[in-house]
Amino acid sequence: MVKFLPLKEAVAENLHDGDTVAFEGFTHLIPTAAAHEAIRQGFRELTLIRMTPDLIYDQMIGMGMARKVVFSYVGNPGVGLLRRARDAIENGFPRAIEVEEHSHAGMANAYEAGAAGLPCAVFRGYRGAGLAEVNPNIKSVACPFTGEVLAAVPAIRPDVTFIHAQKADRKGNVLVEGIIGIQKEAVLAAKRAVVTVEEVVDNFDDLHPNLTVLPNWTIAVISVVPGGSHPSYTHGYYERDNAAYLEWDEIAADRDRFQAWIQQNVIESSADDFAGRVEHLRKAA
Amino acid sequence: MSDAKDISFTPNEMMTIAASRALKSDDVCFVGIGAPSAACNVARLTHAPDITLIYESGTIGTAPDVLPLSIGDGELCETAVTTVAVPEMFRYWLQGGRISIGFLGAAQLDKFGNINTTVIGDYAHPKTRLPGGGGAPEIATSSRQVYITMAQSKRGMVEKIDFFTSFGHGDGGDHRKRLGIDTAGPTLLITDLAVWKPDPVTKEFTVVSLHPGVSREQVQETCGWTVKFAEEALDETPAPTELELKTLRDLNARTKAAHQGTAKGKAA
Repeated sequence: MVKFLPLKEAVAENLHDGDTVAFEGFTHLIPTAAAHEAIRQGFRELTLIRMTPDLIYDQMIGMGMARKVVFSYVGNPGVGLLRRARDAIENGFPRAIEVEEHSHAGMANAYEAGAAGLPCAVFRGYRGAGLAEVNPNIKSVACPFTGEVLAAVPAIRPDVTFIHAQKADRKGNVLVEGIIGIQKEAVLAAKRAVVTVEEVVDNFDDLHPNLTVLPNWTIAVISVVPGGSHPSYTHGYYERDNAAYLEWDEIAADRDRFQAWIQQNVIESSADDFAGRVEHLRKAA
Repeated sequence: MSDAKDISFTPNEMMTIAASRALKSDDVCFVGIGAPSAACNVARLTHAPDITLIYESGTIGTAPDVLPLSIGDGELCETAVTTVAVPEMFRYWLQGGRISIGFLGAAQLDKFGNINTTVIGDYAHPKTRLPGGGGAPEIATSSRQVYITMAQSKRGMVEKIDFFTSFGHGDGGDHRKRLGIDTAGPTLLITDLAVWKPDPVTKEFTVVSLHPGVSREQVQETCGWTVKFAEEALDETPAPTELELKTLRDLNARTKAAHQGTAKGKAA
């Protein structure tokens, strides 16, 4: 049954060296606080899975925590490249990493297959795409009814998935709303899931019946971390810090500046600092 | 109405506006970020108010007041008709054949509309690792048509792309059909200098219209392959109207204010 724990303990209990881990969030609800806790605790040899790695994986790759990265878009959305990830792929700095690259459709289908308990996903994709030639995990299968050749990719089954969500009720059920991305599938595909939330409310009695609610028995641990997705955003709570995404491009461009930033904003900080970082992004309401 | 010829505009503004004109109110458009996003929203704010804009974050029928920095900015969701999960977006809406236009940008493009946004150089040992395809590989094959927009340069428009991120017409001719792809693929290319359409048989992009003041030589000098021009007299792309330019500039001004206006976060 779900436990409420401080983030430090939640991460220590559920993430281990060598794990295959997904920190999911499709631009919205990125679990930054959980990723920063993982950086502080210094895990190694991780296989990092995420459709859109963006800043938190740039940071974890830059800190040498990843052995392998599985992704479908390794960019800073709307800004450009991920410079720490580039340094690792192009120059092997601070270490060489293995890359398994898919399209969004491929990853989305693979997560869904993981949640559905299937060994693989089948879909119409990768036709004429170069990825099918460089990624041995992209194969094809003929439809037994029509003969149509379809793409097949293995299901994604993380050891642990981290997500950020709006709120939990006191029983530990979790509400996710807005751009819900791939989070439900990433939680249900994983052996265990850790969720950071903005707040805990007494109950969900007044919710619309069709909202995305993850029942408490699908989640291992909930940690309350207000502001925990900054510089991403939490719909209904605070806006995306687009200026921080633009600024990251400069920070990550320089190895020393990156290290100094991590030291100050991650190593010497804690989950409690996130609330202050979103204060100016909360909508006047 | 004032005479459009009196209005000055930049090549980039002309590109965005020419691209916006290709969209219709009854289009269901899967929008790539950057130049396509600007063009799609100018269309929505001018001649195509009922166009359905879809971003890969799952927002369907969105109408943002400012251009999103990312494909998942909050405003896309707040103004959307509905927001669906990412697997549903790709399975039901894109793969299901609901998208009439996939609108893509490109880092590298060849004359058959094949796009590379993955690597410059060798895939295993790239000179430059670009962000990769994201949704584009399937947008390029499952949308009923694909429009492409990019500024011209010899580095961007090349004889041979380094990686096939998104399949256009392959080697040309019926290459799509031979791979079992039954959608039309790239049918329109809008650059900062010209409007291009694929030759009906070879599928090679051919210049059909030059933007005002642009010469054939300029188009060739900024393109890495030998440019084909339509055999009939070339059209001149109509210059932006006052309304189109004002709409684009207001949109860009609102966008700039929204993205830079945020005070620097304390984490910075």
